[in-house]
Amino acid sequence: MDMFIKQRIKAIKKGDQSAFADIVEMYKDKIYQLCYRMLGNRHEAEDAAQEAFIRAYVNIHTYDPTMKFSSWLYRIATNLSIDRIRKKKPDVYLDAEVSGTDGLTMYSQLADEGASPEDALESLELQQTVQEAILKLPEKYRTVIVLKYIDELSLQEISDILNLPIGTVKTRIHRGREALRKHLGHL
Amino acid sequence: MPCSEKIVQWMHDYFDGDIQKEEEQQLRSHIQQCEACREHFYALKKTVAFVENVSHMTPSDDFVKKVMYNLPREKRRVRWKRWFTHHPFLTAASLFILLSTSSLWAVWQEDNEFSFSKQEHLIVQNHTVIVPEGKVVEGDIVVRNGNIKIEGEVHGNVTVINGHKYLASAGEVTGQIEEVNEVFDWIWYNVKRVGYNIAKTLTK
Repeated sequence: MDMFIKQRIKAIKKGDQSAFADIVEMYKDKIYQLCYRMLGNRHEAEDAAQEAFIRAYVNIHTYDPTMKFSSWLYRIATNLSIDRIRKKKPDVYLDAEVSGTDGLTMYSQLADEGASPEDALESLELQQTVQEAILKLPEKYRTVIVLKYIDELSLQEISDILNLPIGTVKTRIHRGREALRKHLGHL
Repeated sequence: MPCSEKIVQWMHDYFDGDIQKEEEQQLRSHIQQCEACREHFYALKKTVAFVENVSHMTPSDDFVKKVMYNLPREKRRVRWKRWFTHHPFLTAASLFILLSTSSLWAVWQEDNEFSFSKQEHLIVQNHTVIVPEGKVVEGDIVVRNGNIKIEGEVHGNVTVINGHKYLASAGEVTGQIEEVNEVFDWIWYNVKRVGYNIAKTLTK
């Protein structure tokens, strides 16, 4: 796995684009997921994730092999998402309110273990509520919560990605969790 | 409200998965006794479960294609290299053609010394071979990188490679007269010569 990535990176550094397609294929879901939960909008997430990969390709020479490649990629995507959040006009949040349900239909919900329509609706609403709660978090808490719970990364990896001490990462996760609890704890 | 900062810190350590055994036991026993802390703990637990189980989103099907399409164009050298490794036969063929034409070209370029076939009566003046007036040359004449001036008679063929022929009104050539000044003419001349030699040996 690591060998495979190293090989691909070598080829990319020589300018072989087809080697990069393998990298994109490998990480697209994780990176998209991160962007989606950070930005709360399918279209924007797709755009941001694509830009993240393009930036990684262009800046591949700055990649430091002592760092995990995935961490480097996550760092690019995280910084890009934060930039976009900062540039966003507040009114875009109106759009984000329904975005938690993007791509989820009643049918896809029903297909899950034959859940009753009531359950499906409930879980659809829940999806929306959770996404809204994540989007309400200030960006520094949102970042760590998404990396930890959506992309399922370890505290050490998050600390590498954000270039922050583990203690700071923990504090942010704690605060993020408390903030989420206020929205979700009573459900 | 939970009882103390310490208890809340323990809860978070618990969710981070790095709580000490003793602290975890203390936390458990405290939660059993204190309702406020119990509520807080279960609210956090529920929150974590909600966030962890939020549905996975996937990018569009042509995501990879779109990324690849938007990359800056790759270096030409790499494209060629890949093409070569994917088409070994064509590579070998083009390499062969390249080498053979370049060697021919090299021979054509290097071979620029003045020379001519030795025959009787010929006079040489400044890279010009002269067949003097009233003399008869029996046989073929080939002149390389020089001119030929024919004032007498030649009983045979005359070939000038990389030069010119001058035929005086009195001059006469019984065979063919040819000037070869371009590399393709020269190749054609060589091909013809080889063919002629083969024919000659066959008819012998």
